[in-house]
Amino acid sequence: MPNNGIRDRVAIVGMGCTAFGEHWDRSADDLLIDAYEECLSAAPGVTREDIEAYWLGTLSSGQSGMVLSRPLRLGYKPVTRVENLCASGSEAVRNACYAVASGAYDLVMAIGVEKLKDSGYSGLIRSQTPSDGTAPEIALTAPAAFSLLDPAYCRKYNVDPADMRDAMTHVAWKNHANGAKNPRAQFRKEVFKEKIASSPLVAGRLGVFDCSGVSDGSACALLCRAEDAERYTDRPMYVKALAMVAGPADGAIDPAYDYTSFPEVVHAAADAYRQAGVSNPREEIALAEVHDCFTPTEIVLMEDMGFSERGQAWSDVLAGTFDLHGELSVNPDGGLKSFGHPVGASGLRMLYENWLQFRGEAGARQLEDPRLGLTQNLGGRPGTCVAFVAIVGRERG
Amino acid sequence: MMQVVDAPVQAGLLAYGAYLPRHRLQRSELATALGTGTGGGHGARIVASCDEDSTTLGVAAARRALARGGSPDSIYFATTAPAYFDKTNATAIHAALDLGHRGFAVDLAGAARGGSGALRAAATTGGLAVLADIRTGRPGSADERDGGDGAAAFLFGGGEDGAKPIAHVVAQASATAEFLDRWRKPGESASSTWEDRFGLESYLPLVKDAAGRVLERAAIEQADHVVVSCSQARAVAAGAKLFQSRIAATPPAIGYVGAADLGLGLAAVLDRAGPDETILLIGAADGCDAFVLRTTTELTRRRAARPLEAQLAEGRDLLYSTFLTWRGELEREAPRRPEPDRPAAPPSARSEAWKFGFVGTRCAVCGRVHVPPNRVCSGCHAVDQMERAPLANKAGTVATYTVDRLAFSPSPPMIDAVIDFDGGGRCTLELTDAKPDEVEIGTRVEMTFRRLYTSGGVHNYFWKARPYEAMPEAEQLHQPRR
Repeated sequence: MPNNGIRDRVAIVGMGCTAFGEHWDRSADDLLIDAYEECLSAAPGVTREDIEAYWLGTLSSGQSGMVLSRPLRLGYKPVTRVENLCASGSEAVRNACYAVASGAYDLVMAIGVEKLKDSGYSGLIRSQTPSDGTAPEIALTAPAAFSLLDPAYCRKYNVDPADMRDAMTHVAWKNHANGAKNPRAQFRKEVFKEKIASSPLVAGRLGVFDCSGVSDGSACALLCRAEDAERYTDRPMYVKALAMVAGPADGAIDPAYDYTSFPEVVHAAADAYRQAGVSNPREEIALAEVHDCFTPTEIVLMEDMGFSERGQAWSDVLAGTFDLHGELSVNPDGGLKSFGHPVGASGLRMLYENWLQFRGEAGARQLEDPRLGLTQNLGGRPGTCVAFVAIVGRERG
Repeated sequence: MMQVVDAPVQAGLLAYGAYLPRHRLQRSELATALGTGTGGGHGARIVASCDEDSTTLGVAAARRALARGGSPDSIYFATTAPAYFDKTNATAIHAALDLGHRGFAVDLAGAARGGSGALRAAATTGGLAVLADIRTGRPGSADERDGGDGAAAFLFGGGEDGAKPIAHVVAQASATAEFLDRWRKPGESASSTWEDRFGLESYLPLVKDAAGRVLERAAIEQADHVVVSCSQARAVAAGAKLFQSRIAATPPAIGYVGAADLGLGLAAVLDRAGPDETILLIGAADGCDAFVLRTTTELTRRRAARPLEAQLAEGRDLLYSTFLTWRGELEREAPRRPEPDRPAAPPSARSEAWKFGFVGTRCAVCGRVHVPPNRVCSGCHAVDQMERAPLANKAGTVATYTVDRLAFSPSPPMIDAVIDFDGGGRCTLELTDAKPDEVEIGTRVEMTFRRLYTSGGVHNYFWKARPYEAMPEAEQLHQPRR
């Protein structure tokens, strides 16, 4: 059942976001403090005592609300740690929104953090639940799981693998070009397409440049009821829709699933568009921050989000439809490709780009008059995932 | 000094199966790598893959022996290379054969003589003799060069379910002596041997005695087929000269396979023997065990689907450096990924049928197959309406696949494929015995029981998929031979 939604009942009135990268000199505590301080310093009149409750998203940087309350020495406030794989940061926002909308609190914070570069491993490492050792996730890495999309997509839509390779390259090229314009990105350089297409293979046809980076970072948002928003800022950002789906995880066991779509995203997007009253997302949405963990993921997401017809995303990508100043700007901030993916922070980092764009503070990436934007996360792998979609707007409807 | 041990013979041989791993180490490659010039000899040794051990080899042979059915009450597992000590390995074989919890399963592990021990036991009580081995040796040793890996399994019984024997053990005789021919301290990866002249002199009188008595007992002068198994190549040659077969044949060049050697020799004869022929089996290991079998007319109808000669021809070469890596003699740089945790005992016990037997479930309401098993149907959401769905003998098709160059694997790159099973069910599985360029969407695969990895001293046994070229074994059984 789609939910009733809380369209225009909650506003984001302050945000903070650290630079993402290999912060050898910064702990998760430091990153949380940095994001928190930036947020508060940009919200004049708000003190730490004014914030009544916190939702903290993190996958692996600690357990319980004390991950936040201890470094910040918060005074006896409720802090809830939430985890929903790669949607952990977005999940913190979603729960914070509902707490405000319920009337329980006037001012709350959603904050996310991930310190990935302390492990010494490549890629994302998940803690393992004691098991019988038979689950493919134990051995199969994330790039390998997402690389399954490429041959399946080519086969289903009869796409020449060379064209698909070009589309994947374009996604990486575009997101790095956008990230080059973003002082907070992990990678701030444009990358030639030739270099992307010939990078060392990681899994399937995915090379190093088809994968998002591994980084540390933190981001946060201050939320209140929409009617109180003007008390904190003259340019609030309004929450139009919040949709979240935990899939039945049966794609990996169902021969009908064809590895060319994330049904979880399709459901979450439909729910979000309904809540926000969006009927033609490609026309109505100005910017979409989507989960480009791997380049074929972004291609498939264009179809799942309703931006492209089925089987057409690869050619829309190549036509520049989703470039920075294309018809619909996808990942204008540089995406996971340029930021890496500090899991708990990513969803909030996506919101932060919307925040900057609506306020006209996006610098070299600034879009013309954006009114509606979205963020989208995916946690898990094709056939077995959670999905999140939020829609935010510059104006209260 | 010598003792004579004889036992009554009750059960007939109902079926057999043999398994040779796919990998080959050319002796020329070995000689080049070690810089020993042309001294390495000709041919190749058979090499078990990095995901195979004596238990998985045993399962492969046992599945072939039971391909036409049969549910043995007892499993006697012989190997010189047990995957575990202080824990029975035959239980994993029992579980992989999906035999439930009733029955007996025991290891005869440590020395090559366990092979004839398993045959004696199964022939006496009925049941399945599983003989499997992985032979190791120090780099440059004769054991490394002339050994081989493989397995054979033999189902004995009284034909309770109507199956007629393909052969009977008509006589057996044994001799035992204590002498230091070869030995290995627990924990060592290679054996030591005394000089082979001493071994030869020690074995010959034992072979003469036991084989002489078994022929006398079987009331035959000469057997139609003779198999001599001994770690001493000179003793094999001398034994074969002493007890010549009536029908000349060249045994397949498998190498010495320890506890499985006698069994593989027998399987090779059963692949070609005619009805009503006699087979003299001589196993010389710390004594001598001799058997005489007589085949029946049933043999020609119930031979193993994959003859050893054909398996021998299916080999693919590997580098000596890969061989050393697989055997743990060469520690290579690991990827920057954590090793998987060891499998936990309670979850592994709860999913015994799935993990070891590859048994999924089928919804009794809507028919949907679930791999792994699930209490709630993903199709119709019926709860606890599941029936068993054994999939180990089902073939499947690659729906999509990937080559994972980042994953932890003893043999990178890891290939993972989404497999759709004939008759329903989908599962993501690792592919084995395959190279990246041999896989595509639509590739047909069959299931094989393997050791995924070892972590924290625990072997993670599970199933992998392996491409097949012509047709899966299950279908081959229904094809006329030659």
